[in-house]
Amino acid sequence: MYGVCIALLPALLASLYFFGLGSAIVLATSVVACVFFEWAITRFILGRERLTICDGSAVLTGLLLGFNLPSNLPLWIIIIGAFVAIGVGKLTFGGLGSNPFNPALVGRVFLLISFPVQMTSWPVSGQLGYADVETAATPLAIMKTAIKSGDASVLEDLPSSFDMLVGQTGGSLGEVSAICLLLGCCFMLWRKIITWHIPVSILGTVFVLAGIFHLIEPSYANPVQVILSGGLVLGACFMATDYVTSPMTAKGQIIYGVAIGVLTVLIRDFGAYPEGMSFAILIMNGFTPLINTYVKPKRFGEVKK
Amino acid sequence: MKYLKILFNGILKENPTFVLLLGMCPTLGTTSSAINGMSMGLATMAVLIFSNFIISCIKSLVPDMVRIPSYIVVIASLVTALQMFMQAFTPEVYKTLGLFIPLIVVNCIILGRAEAFAAKNGPVESIFDGIGIGLGFTIALTLLGGIRELLGTGKLFGATLYPENYGMLLFVLAPGAFIALGYLIAVVKKVAKI
Repeated sequence: MYGVCIALLPALLASLYFFGLGSAIVLATSVVACVFFEWAITRFILGRERLTICDGSAVLTGLLLGFNLPSNLPLWIIIIGAFVAIGVGKLTFGGLGSNPFNPALVGRVFLLISFPVQMTSWPVSGQLGYADVETAATPLAIMKTAIKSGDASVLEDLPSSFDMLVGQTGGSLGEVSAICLLLGCCFMLWRKIITWHIPVSILGTVFVLAGIFHLIEPSYANPVQVILSGGLVLGACFMATDYVTSPMTAKGQIIYGVAIGVLTVLIRDFGAYPEGMSFAILIMNGFTPLINTYVKPKRFGEVKK
Repeated sequence: MKYLKILFNGILKENPTFVLLLGMCPTLGTTSSAINGMSMGLATMAVLIFSNFIISCIKSLVPDMVRIPSYIVVIASLVTALQMFMQAFTPEVYKTLGLFIPLIVVNCIILGRAEAFAAKNGPVESIFDGIGIGLGFTIALTLLGGIRELLGTGKLFGATLYPENYGMLLFVLAPGAFIALGYLIAVVKKVAKI
């Protein structure tokens, strides 16, 4: 788990660079609250002697939850999110290893549905303050407007692909800088923390599907911008690859990744919400036991008939 | 004493929502506020008392083979009467509960109590069982509705306890019903040791 935290460092530094004090406050609150709730719930409600705050999973949940929030979110909302992520998303099911859904995403989706106003006013990057920052439409919101109006010229308001790759755009803390996230992903691949199957299958599916839509109807954004916008890279590299909630075999992981990619594009283009990554990952987390049941590795020594 | 035992049996030991897990559809569907939950519980209780009484009276007349259809006829007539009554005297409540009132016919609490209790006991015991189970259901629905209303909108029985923009909207929506019900059952089992 600490390996994943190290891999998140580049994105953490990028969020500090783009959002300054706001990023520091949100991330610190989120991590501290997650660790506190993990300690308090295991100690006082479950009454366990062995404490699990040192295994790094609560820190990681806190970091990922913070990465999914806007930098001007009120502190009490972050604390509620941390409580839901750790309490409802993880410890209700029995703690690390037993949770069917990614805890950080449970927290994020809970907040997104409960506080739609606060959770969808994204500050423009480059403002280092915490409160009273200027907010603007994210690239995803612009894409949604273009699809709804069927007018391709709306897409000219999108930042350039390079800006979106580096992080000069509006969005939540961890999703703005795709390049830093990819750097972290390469680190995890090099240390063999994750395998390539899930990120590559998600990104590939989204690229192909978004490309087909773009060719048929130009009011759908071009696939490069679709991949670089929103939480797609963050989700594909760090959240869909959570060991507990993703399938075990390589073949299963590819099925899982492709399904997440398809669902993300469908929710983004035809759903009510501009971003579908978190919902897609949660839906496929629910299917993971089914995939594990039907996609089994060949037994060693078994003769092919 | 015996009747009191039957009464409390329905409220705690065989609470239809927390212990028997019966009637989940109205439990999840109508508890978006405390007042809605309470009206649904009271409506079900009214049908339950009368259906228990009538069924325990006619139990020796009904052949075993056709008992379920006969019970359904009794329950459906009662529900139709209740529906007209509510439409006439409490049109507001009738409008909010909507489809869930006719659905009381197929509510498994009522048929379950008819089969499990009224068909085996006398009329007076059956009335007390109806009151007990009905009260248990009403308490559970009011509790769940109250929790969802309080967390979701900051109100309780329509009275504002804290500003609405601090409320968690999820609890008013369907997923909030499942989450709140799950934790409520856990807490009740822990506290009441059932």
